[in-house]
Amino acid sequence: MFDPHLWRRQFPILERKVHRKPLVYLDNAATTQKPLAVLDAERYYFEHFNANIHRGVHALSQEASEAFEGAREKVRAFLGAAHVEEIIFTRGATEAINLVAQTWGRTHLEAGDEILISAMEHHANIVPWQMLCEMTGARLKVIPMDERGVLLMDRVDQLLTTRTRLVGITLVSNALGTVNPVAEIIRKAHAAGARVLVDGAQAVAHVAVDVAALGCDFFVFSGHKLYGPTGIGVLYGKKELLTAMPPYQGGGDMILQVTFEKTTYNQIPYKFEAGTPHISGAIGLGAAIDFVQSVGLENIAAHEDWLLQEATERARRVNGLRIIGTAPGKASILSFVLEGIHPHDIGTILDSEGVAIRSGHHCAMPVMDFFSLPATARASFALYNTLEEVESLFRAIERVQKLFLG
Amino acid sequence: MSDLRDLYQEVIFDHNRHPRNFGPLPGANRHADGFNALCGDKLSLNLKVEDGIIQEARFEGSGCAISTASASLMTEALKGRRETEVAELFEGFHHMVKGEPYTVEMGKLAVLAGVSEFPARVKCATLAWHTLNAALHQADQPVSTE
Repeated sequence: MFDPHLWRRQFPILERKVHRKPLVYLDNAATTQKPLAVLDAERYYFEHFNANIHRGVHALSQEASEAFEGAREKVRAFLGAAHVEEIIFTRGATEAINLVAQTWGRTHLEAGDEILISAMEHHANIVPWQMLCEMTGARLKVIPMDERGVLLMDRVDQLLTTRTRLVGITLVSNALGTVNPVAEIIRKAHAAGARVLVDGAQAVAHVAVDVAALGCDFFVFSGHKLYGPTGIGVLYGKKELLTAMPPYQGGGDMILQVTFEKTTYNQIPYKFEAGTPHISGAIGLGAAIDFVQSVGLENIAAHEDWLLQEATERARRVNGLRIIGTAPGKASILSFVLEGIHPHDIGTILDSEGVAIRSGHHCAMPVMDFFSLPATARASFALYNTLEEVESLFRAIERVQKLFLG
Repeated sequence: MSDLRDLYQEVIFDHNRHPRNFGPLPGANRHADGFNALCGDKLSLNLKVEDGIIQEARFEGSGCAISTASASLMTEALKGRRETEVAELFEGFHHMVKGEPYTVEMGKLAVLAGVSEFPARVKCATLAWHTLNAALHQADQPVSTE
């Protein structure tokens, strides 16, 4: 039996109080809290073998290199990638998407080509493609969604044309919680001759991913939404694609040989990792993956689904509350609005009760436009959240309405 | 955190529910749009200025209780003021909502002093004022609180 109270002990921050109330942390879609295993792994690295990697012949450097490359192997196994060199460390999902846009994109797109994304993308999976379109003359097209936040899959076939070069699609919507049928989209895209980038930032802490089974060409995620550190993320790319792509940034570690006349680039993954990387972050991410696997992703998903159901039932009983995003099989996100009360005010009043949620456009302004809303309030659940916390959320919502509506 | 009632005073609820000077302003000769990228609040401000005196001030848009009440209270406070007084009033208001000393007489605007205990909400309270600043200086670009 999964007991979140047991796992909570691994997260010291959950014991703190906010405004003299116990912290109820429900902003996990923005970032998750970090377990002791991650904090310890980073600290152990700094206390015992802090050194730069890949260069020194001394013991510390070798130990640091082994830990860094060990983390890469953990990511490979976590994603089900065939080859460890298909795992590129980046600053996060955002940088990973920009990397693909600026290297693969600039060498594969020309005027008249098309990029297809969905109506529920995070700005990180919109703006890099718009920038690429500006540079190349390519066009951005969008798969629409319905009022529940479900993609109109019957429109995909007509949106995929002979000019579609890339499909960028999020696996889980950060604003709505929708889990998209990416396997089907990948099949259709490949049949049309397009490559597919899957944004897994919101997904990896909730949904088991197997990039080999999915067959996606690129997959990106951020460590900090997976109980790991900020500033570290991952780009997975198929080996043959990564090998053919030009480098992203120039600098140390991404080269084999440099003269003032010519530089020979290193092999993948190092070709894309210029400069000293976030070594402690990668080690922390490796520890986070170990932690998530020790808890069991299926246990986490089942627990979060249960919390989401309990929260959704309670939400339906609140007068004037409208849930934004009602797709079947959502992942751990409850976005909502209250009649007559702006989400920003909800956020402040909930905070005064110790309840941390997100209010705003969630970096998905086109989603807000679709629902004709300036913003929503969003509660998002993680493995350490409890039913008592869901109840605290709804007590606090009651207080918001009482204060505002009298 | 201070008591929520310091922030959400009755006057603020009143101006949020029934914003004053809300709607279009035919014959306006000063205009600006304001935008709070943090929360998506949008505000459109129109002024009628004659002989250096603000005769009319009206706003439209959507925002949280703090930004709506602040815009409503501001338009009330502006009527009959000289354009040249506005900079001083804005400066005083800005100091007030940031919890810094100020010397300008705030009148009804003082109900927003509680914002100073909620730093995350200062931008909500100042959006209307930044927009006013742009309108009086006829800036072409929409202003942002960022």
